[in-house]
Amino acid sequence: MSKIRIATTSLAGCFGCHMSFLDMDERLVALLEHVEFNRSPFTDIKHCGPCDIGLIEGGVCNVENVHVLREFRDNCKILIAVGACAINGGVPAMRNHFNLRECLEEAYVNGVGVVNPQIPNDVELPLLLDKVHPIHDVVRVDYYLPGCPPSADAFLNILGDLLAGKEPSLPNNLLHYD
Amino acid sequence: MSADTKQNLITQNTITIDGQEIPFQAGQTIMDAALAAGVYIPHLCHRQGLTPHGSCKLCVVDIASRSASSHNSNRRLQAKFAVDADSRSASACTMPAVAGQQISNNTPALNEVRKTITQMLFIEGNHICPSCEKCGDCTLQAMAYHLGMLDGHFPQFFQHREVDASHPTIMLDRDRCILCELCVRASREVDGKNVFAIAGRGINAHLVVNSASGKLVDSDLETSDMAAHICPVGAILIKEHGYEVPIGQRTFDLHQVSEIGLEKIILTKARQPDE
Ligand code: SF4
Ligand code: SF4
Ligand code: FES
Repeated sequence: MSKIRIATTSLAGCFGCHMSFLDMDERLVALLEHVEFNRSPFTDIKHCGPCDIGLIEGGVCNVENVHVLREFRDNCKILIAVGACAINGGVPAMRNHFNLRECLEEAYVNGVGVVNPQIPNDVELPLLLDKVHPIHDVVRVDYYLPGCPPSADAFLNILGDLLAGKEPSLPNNLLHYD
Repeated sequence: MSADTKQNLITQNTITIDGQEIPFQAGQTIMDAALAAGVYIPHLCHRQGLTPHGSCKLCVVDIASRSASSHNSNRRLQAKFAVDADSRSASACTMPAVAGQQISNNTPALNEVRKTITQMLFIEGNHICPSCEKCGDCTLQAMAYHLGMLDGHFPQFFQHREVDASHPTIMLDRDRCILCELCVRASREVDGKNVFAIAGRGINAHLVVNSASGKLVDSDLETSDMAAHICPVGAILIKEHGYEVPIGQRTFDLHQVSEIGLEKIILTKARQPDE
């Protein structure tokens, strides 16, 4: 049987969910009997090919996030919003109470210890969106895996269910938002 | 004794919740009777000893109509979550217990409705749990766990709400307020003050402080007041007491929201986080 293909990415997240995924430690070996990774920070593959499962960490804060997210949706049969930021914007969305200029000025002009104050402006930099969005504002999401981050057990649980062809269900002891 | 009178005696002072017969005393609500009998009906704005407010609607139950099956309402039948066309929904915390009531409480359909209500409470405010001091001790969060809520479902409002940090020892973060009025009632009915009120309607409803400046610092709220500790979410917090209990030992790391009598534990913890 061919392996289940998984792609992962971090949008406006902190990579904490990815680190937590790796907390599976030696259980990863058993998992890799059944799955292989396509586009992911784990593989450094830059573009997503056709996949069975896409794991999205982080919300959507800039134009590049939107492109990546759409690429994942176009290529993944099942898309999972992983972690607080993908699900409701999380900590990055705390900037939504301020306008973008205020945020940039606070960070790059008026911030403590800023040298050569200026707001970065380069064609290489993805344009920031006005607000940070949960990913379901942009694409259809099939499943949600809450947690900040979700534990390795929670990842194993949802992947285990999907590999077994079952509707994922998170047991109460693995359900938390922090 | 005829069968009829016997039946009367049995149903005289009892209601039935999910098939379980429960006694009640005159003047009790369905919620009072249920809690006294150790039956959990989900609730956020109810607290024993305070006047029921009936605002959160988590305690919604279905009460079978007496004339069951005589007239079906099509509208109810078509409703998305219609459970029983011959029942009506009511808030258990405000509905008086009446002898013979047949009540559905812990049903998949009602818990689905409750989950939707909880999702609305989340998306209407700004609930960034990972950065909230109340995380792990929060009844709203525990309710969401209890109901298996995985996401907010609806678009986030990202409302801008005012934080009041003026008071030297008490913090008011309206981002997390669910307008349950527990603080309003605790202040009036227990503390003998009148520190808080809800102003505005609908989406503009918000918690106000009854002081000339509208700021907490100019109110007579003190840390010893019940109103300073009763907030079920992280909207009213005691300053300099954040994150004192490690993950794994917080209230809802150790307890389920459905345990009866938890309010006392939470309140004690809020007052003496070190113990
Ligand atoms: S008040 Fe409760 S639900 Fe809201 S952010 Fe804090 S812990 Fe989460
Ligand atoms: S501040 Fe807390 S107790 Fe007061 S109404 Fe808001 S949520 Fe309820
Ligand atoms: S507990 Fe009954 S409406 Fe809130």
